[in-house]
Amino acid sequence: MTRRFSRKVTNIVALALSVGATGVGLLFLGAILYTLLKNGFAGMSLHLFTQMTPPPGAAGGLLNAIFGSAMMTLIGIAVGAPLGVLAGTYLAEYGGNSKLSAVIRFVNDVLLSAPSIIVGLFVYQIVVVPMGHFSAIAGALALAVIAIPVTVRTTEDMLRLVPQGMKDASTALGAYPWRTTLSVIYPAARSGILTGLLLAIARVSGETAPLLFTALNNQFWSKDLNAPIANLPVVIYQFAQSPYPEWQQLAWSGALLITLTILALSIFARIVVSALQPARRS
Amino acid sequence: MDQATAFVIEPRHAARQRLGEQIFRGATLTAAVLVLVLLGGVTIALIKGAWPALSHFKLQFLTREIWNPVTEKFGALAAIYGTLVTSAIAMAVAIPLSFGISIFLTELCPAWLKRPVGVAVELLAAVPSIIFGIWGLFVFAPILQRHVQPWLIAHLGVLPGIGALFQGPPFGIGILTASLVLAIMVLPFIASVMRDVFETVPDVLRESAYGLGATTWEVIWKVVLPYSRTGVVGGIMLGLGRALGETMAVTFVIGNAHRVSTSLLAPGTTISASIANEFTEAVGDLYTSSLIALGVLLFLITFAVISAARLMLRRLDRKALASV
Repeated sequence: MTRRFSRKVTNIVALALSVGATGVGLLFLGAILYTLLKNGFAGMSLHLFTQMTPPPGAAGGLLNAIFGSAMMTLIGIAVGAPLGVLAGTYLAEYGGNSKLSAVIRFVNDVLLSAPSIIVGLFVYQIVVVPMGHFSAIAGALALAVIAIPVTVRTTEDMLRLVPQGMKDASTALGAYPWRTTLSVIYPAARSGILTGLLLAIARVSGETAPLLFTALNNQFWSKDLNAPIANLPVVIYQFAQSPYPEWQQLAWSGALLITLTILALSIFARIVVSALQPARRS
Repeated sequence: MDQATAFVIEPRHAARQRLGEQIFRGATLTAAVLVLVLLGGVTIALIKGAWPALSHFKLQFLTREIWNPVTEKFGALAAIYGTLVTSAIAMAVAIPLSFGISIFLTELCPAWLKRPVGVAVELLAAVPSIIFGIWGLFVFAPILQRHVQPWLIAHLGVLPGIGALFQGPPFGIGILTASLVLAIMVLPFIASVMRDVFETVPDVLRESAYGLGATTWEVIWKVVLPYSRTGVVGGIMLGLGRALGETMAVTFVIGNAHRVSTSLLAPGTTISASIANEFTEAVGDLYTSSLIALGVLLFLITFAVISAARLMLRRLDRKALASV
């Protein structure tokens, strides 16, 4: 009787703690989003999108930083995504279970979780040092290096969802694997690959550490790939640590912009995936 | 027209197809091998950059606490210590919490609540680390400074032994604050891996245990957890890898002092925070090289941890891990 009682008590206590843990997790998510919305919206105005980052003590916007971030993300994805998609195609369609693919898969997974500041140091060594100065192109390449493992992983997973029967049908018609891949597999996995790209963009657009010493920052408007460029994460980093209220306000607004962009991309990616789900079952 | 000719493949067409096959296959193989080249390139570039510092300080680089840009004497001890201590505390906080969350999601949660809570946890994982940093600096640190740290100093600081951990003024920022922000950051990663791992446990095992009269907790502790042990440890290691290398969230709140202090309330530094903070301001080759050498250390540590994690998670459905 007492043993049964103590088992019941243990059960209730453990389950209550589990619910409590979930509450704590959600509380922090709520707290972070609340602060972000409250402080971020306080500084939301059209000026954010029309004016440059100001000198200390003056009002201004984030136009140059938004532009710099968008440009580097675009170039980073344009360089990284095709390579990632091709590598993912190799793993899904050609590599099979060979030793080489197993090693590549493993290394890719390690790169996927590697600290992003290491990528910054790497690009600093191979781009910034030879060029002799910080530049937008170095920042974009750092982002590309981060985007590659993400796209490799999602592409392989998505291509593997394409039913074997479709591939067999194409092969039976006499198509070489490359024809099958281009004309059958890619169209069938289109929304999956798109999801991978969205996730890669989401991942890349919040990265700060790899930009600190590749793209650096720039207080002025610049679209020169060969010069340091303003970008949202580094502007947030520098402005948040400054003593000026105007700068801190801009940091919060920038933080809100980045978070909203990333959450929108993740949610959109989720919708694309769930639109894909029924197609997979049929 | 003779029906059979329709099936004769034109030689020129076949040759074009074969060429296309070679080019496409070659392109995908090149891209795939590039992943290996990338890892090799990172290793070589970092070691090359770190070489001046490593050959100058030799093993002393690992054992000395001094970090003096003026006299150009650099030792990594404080950064290594800070990295290990913040990650250890973060894991001590995050593991039980993520275990609780994943249990809630897989075993307790009513079906209608499963998706919203699961999505919320994944959204927390998608928030970029700089947001945790700015939130930690402006919101979390002041709360700790005003309400938590004075209590710790007054009540735990006077105890013998562990009192040493809670000495000094309540700065707000410091090792403890950085550890807690890290814990909140890695929480969703560990929780979602654990959830995916728990979901691989066959329902028939759970049902058998319930059939024998086990309570929910006993099912979790004696059936689900032993069955999924490897995956759980893998998820924890993955979280640890993230905690060790996390940069922005820590840089904001750790105080950036190259010091080894017993007190958790004192400012400190980590490997990644030192690099983020000082790299662009580093003057002189030896200073820059020492920071890259810190990067090499971080790379070695995280590489070992992440490799172990991936090996343990190897058996898990790869798709389930796409989010991490």
